[in-house]
Amino acid sequence: MKQYTNVLDRPLSKGKQEVSLSGFAFLFSELVQYNQTQVDNIAELERRLEDAGYAVGTRILELLCHREKGNRRETRLLGILSFVHSTVWKVLFGKVADSLEKGTEHEDEYMISEKELLVNRFISIPKDMGAFNCGAFVAGIVRGVLDNAGFPAVVSAHFVPMEGQQRPRTTILIKFAEEVLQREARLG
Amino acid sequence: MAPVAPRSGDAIFANVERVNAELFTLTYGAIVRQLLTDLEEVEEVNKQLDQMGYNIGVRLVDEFLAKSNVSRCVDFKETAEVIAKVGFKMFLGVTASVSNWDAEGTTCSIILEDNPLVDFVELPDTCQGLYYCNILSGVIRGALEMVSMKTEVTWLRDMLRGDDAFELQVKLLKQVPEEYPYKDDE
Repeated sequence: MKQYTNVLDRPLSKGKQEVSLSGFAFLFSELVQYNQTQVDNIAELERRLEDAGYAVGTRILELLCHREKGNRRETRLLGILSFVHSTVWKVLFGKVADSLEKGTEHEDEYMISEKELLVNRFISIPKDMGAFNCGAFVAGIVRGVLDNAGFPAVVSAHFVPMEGQQRPRTTILIKFAEEVLQREARLG
Repeated sequence: MAPVAPRSGDAIFANVERVNAELFTLTYGAIVRQLLTDLEEVEEVNKQLDQMGYNIGVRLVDEFLAKSNVSRCVDFKETAEVIAKVGFKMFLGVTASVSNWDAEGTTCSIILEDNPLVDFVELPDTCQGLYYCNILSGVIRGALEMVSMKTEVTWLRDMLRGDDAFELQVKLLKQVPEEYPYKDDE
């Protein structure tokens, strides 16, 4: 196998390689368990998971922009949202997200929903942890993508109980910064 | 009923649910970065990665035995082959090879040419002592300990340090016979 001295000279993979879901689940569980030892409360834990996801988001944006979109940059709000909802989700989780909705109460809120987030599949939250959601990792990924694409936002993950379903679905709530909406209004 | 034949690594991998390797690679990178920020000492990070791998290995071996239908391995040689051909394939989607057996058959090398953990990774000058894939050595050690083998796993070659492959040395320290937890006459 040819050795490249510089990692940037190596050919970029096509993104078709796979690992087992259980391998990823084990790794993710260790990530959560390690962070639990480093914090005192749930808010801190969510923040740390989000920060870990942020790093993933930054890199996946760079990778996908180059590989999937031929280095074209999204400049419109709906463009970047649909990029996250379809392209990013498809590459990371194997399917497009279940739904993308605009918030009814606030102009700057959008929601991406998923019936069962891949990262939450093998996780059960103990009662004393209240509303903690490991989807904070995915919220971090989304924030990483949006931030580095020029659309700063506050992103969080919430459980939404659904009628007739045992497990609640997960909603990633995206609240864009003021400047994003102003820019969007200016662009018409 | 005839015993079920052990399934090959490829067959099992085709049957398990899979995820994109890039998600796996980037998540592992995030873990290593977090550890480096928290612990700062490269040796500490190596130890922590090994510990995390050990925790994973202890649980992973159950899934491995359940899905692969391997019968009890006759000797350590067979164990190493099974890890390299079936184990690595099942979880990481890559096959490893076994070589460099010593005279007694207790030490061998598992060689990985392809490693999904290190895609896009380059070690900076400040982290030259880091064994980036140390989680793998912990996984093997943890898994083997659950099947009564105490081992020592070390890195001989590391592609991130300029070698041409990843080589893990697995040394069998001792076989711990399983202890029956109850006294016979109770």
